[in-house]
Amino acid sequence: MAQDDHSGTELAAADSSLAAQEFAGSTGTAVIPHDAFENPGFEPHRPRVTDEDAGREKRAQRTVYTLFYLSILGSVWAIAAYMLFPIESNDVGAVRLNNMFIGLGVTLALLGIGFGAVHWGKTLMTSAESIDVRHPIGGSEATQQGAVEVFRQADEESGFSRRTVIRNSLIGALLVFPLPAVVLFRGLAPQDQIPVELLSHTMWAKGTRLALDPSGVPIRAADVTIGSAFHVIPEGLVDLEHGRLEEKAKAAVLLMRLDPSELNEAPDRESWSYDGIVAYSKICTHVGCPVALYEQHTHHLLCPCHQSQFDVANHCEVIFGPAKRPLPQLPIAVDDEGYLIAQSDFTEPVGPSFWERH
Amino acid sequence: MTRTKRRAGRRHPLATVALLALGLVFTGGAYAALSSGTVAQAEIDPNSQQTIEEGKKLFQANCATCHGLEAQGTANGPSLIGVGAASVDFQVGTGRMPMQMQGPQAQEKPVQFTDDQVKQLAYYVASLGPGPDIPADHLVNGGGDAANGAELFRINCAMCHNVAGAGGALTEGKFAPPLTDVSGVHIYEAMVTGPQNMPVFNDLNITPEDKRDVITYLKYLQDNRSPGGFELGSLGPVAEGLFIWIFGLGAIVAITVWITAKSN
Repeated sequence: MAQDDHSGTELAAADSSLAAQEFAGSTGTAVIPHDAFENPGFEPHRPRVTDEDAGREKRAQRTVYTLFYLSILGSVWAIAAYMLFPIESNDVGAVRLNNMFIGLGVTLALLGIGFGAVHWGKTLMTSAESIDVRHPIGGSEATQQGAVEVFRQADEESGFSRRTVIRNSLIGALLVFPLPAVVLFRGLAPQDQIPVELLSHTMWAKGTRLALDPSGVPIRAADVTIGSAFHVIPEGLVDLEHGRLEEKAKAAVLLMRLDPSELNEAPDRESWSYDGIVAYSKICTHVGCPVALYEQHTHHLLCPCHQSQFDVANHCEVIFGPAKRPLPQLPIAVDDEGYLIAQSDFTEPVGPSFWERH
Repeated sequence: MTRTKRRAGRRHPLATVALLALGLVFTGGAYAALSSGTVAQAEIDPNSQQTIEEGKKLFQANCATCHGLEAQGTANGPSLIGVGAASVDFQVGTGRMPMQMQGPQAQEKPVQFTDDQVKQLAYYVASLGPGPDIPADHLVNGGGDAANGAELFRINCAMCHNVAGAGGALTEGKFAPPLTDVSGVHIYEAMVTGPQNMPVFNDLNITPEDKRDVITYLKYLQDNRSPGGFELGSLGPVAEGLFIWIFGLGAIVAITVWITAKSN
């Protein structure tokens, strides 16, 4: 096997005092203790069938170049497939054919080269074992001394250690330099609004009707039968020209009706529900996935992302999983016409925690 | 001579077998004739006294242990007064009832009754109190708007049943079943009645036409294979991750072994 140009000779010269030199190659940088195991050396070389049988060698050679030719065929086929199966219509089937045949061609091209090269190496290239010793990384003693001397001289000439005021002010400047980049993060939020305000408030307001997602049709209290789950958006959301998805992402609500006898309400929130109808934010307090896997008999709400479970019958307290806070409840009431309305916005920010959340 | 011959025939070793075969053919034929007679009667009349009486008998023999003799409910099973024919048709028609065993939820199994018996049971329970009826054909045959159905499905159903209707896990051992080969009638009935822990989606939440669209979407999924190729059960990243762990890494390990193995 070919050796690289640093075959350990320069190190061998430095470490020639070491005893274990009887096998091929040098010790390189290896530290060899005196009580080391005796190096068993190489196993006896076992010739391969291709070394002994000319017929098999021919066949191996044929296999290797066949693989390389297959690779060429694959590449050519990939080019042909691009033209034969164009994505011209809006048909998904065309995309599928195009991807599949180009993919098959490129796969054949790459695997042909890879398998051919490995097969070549294994069957035809020389199989005799040898050791290629790692060469030392460090320079010679003199080079190392020279480098230290360069630094010492540079320090003396620049006065880096001597002129401490200059040095310290430079360190200060380097520390302050990245701060503008941190400030630029503010630009990720809308410029004319305060991000904390945006996170703390939703589209819900006093008197906003609860409406069906996606139609925006307002919901009557009488429509919500026991055991029902309604996916709710604020009325007027569908008419928004800008930022509809942003508003929906914060204001999405799940409306459920439980048997009032099964509902355990906190004393200060008894007026927040209507005859067993409760409305909770659909945005998980963990990392903001939509929580909507409602079970009508156990009253469990499951978040599909990280398996947080909330107990709707018990003001949505967390009964399992990584969420730390209950889902925020939307206080609801009924207006003169029997439609469900919000009493106010959520009384706390919806969704996951953020820095300024209190 | 003839007498001895007959006697010999009666004593022939195959005589018993022949007699048995004759008897079986006769009984089978009579059964087929009679049962085809009941099929010929066809449509079960929802309101006839006979249907309700038959249903009541079936109910008292098969369901009353848990639901009470008058379907009033016991400690082991809820009252069925007012659940409607749709609920019974779903629970019994999919084999969930009679329940195999107590557990997190009633599981699907081979249907225990004939279609007629299911209908008789359903109309008996419907006669006890008003409730959702078995939906009409035009609502469940999948002739609606699949795109609208898909949007409604994504908003109301996909979080539990998976966007491709492949089903998914719920809390404490419960699960939302796959919808890949559920009939339109049963999908409709499940939406109206909310079986097990599924919430109710009444006609004011999702109108009958919207329900028809949802069914149309599910039928579309059943009839059209995914354009993306091999679906791996449509279960999402878990199934796909497992696949690549086992087969992708397996292939890499195999190739590594091949590359480093000595050639003979």
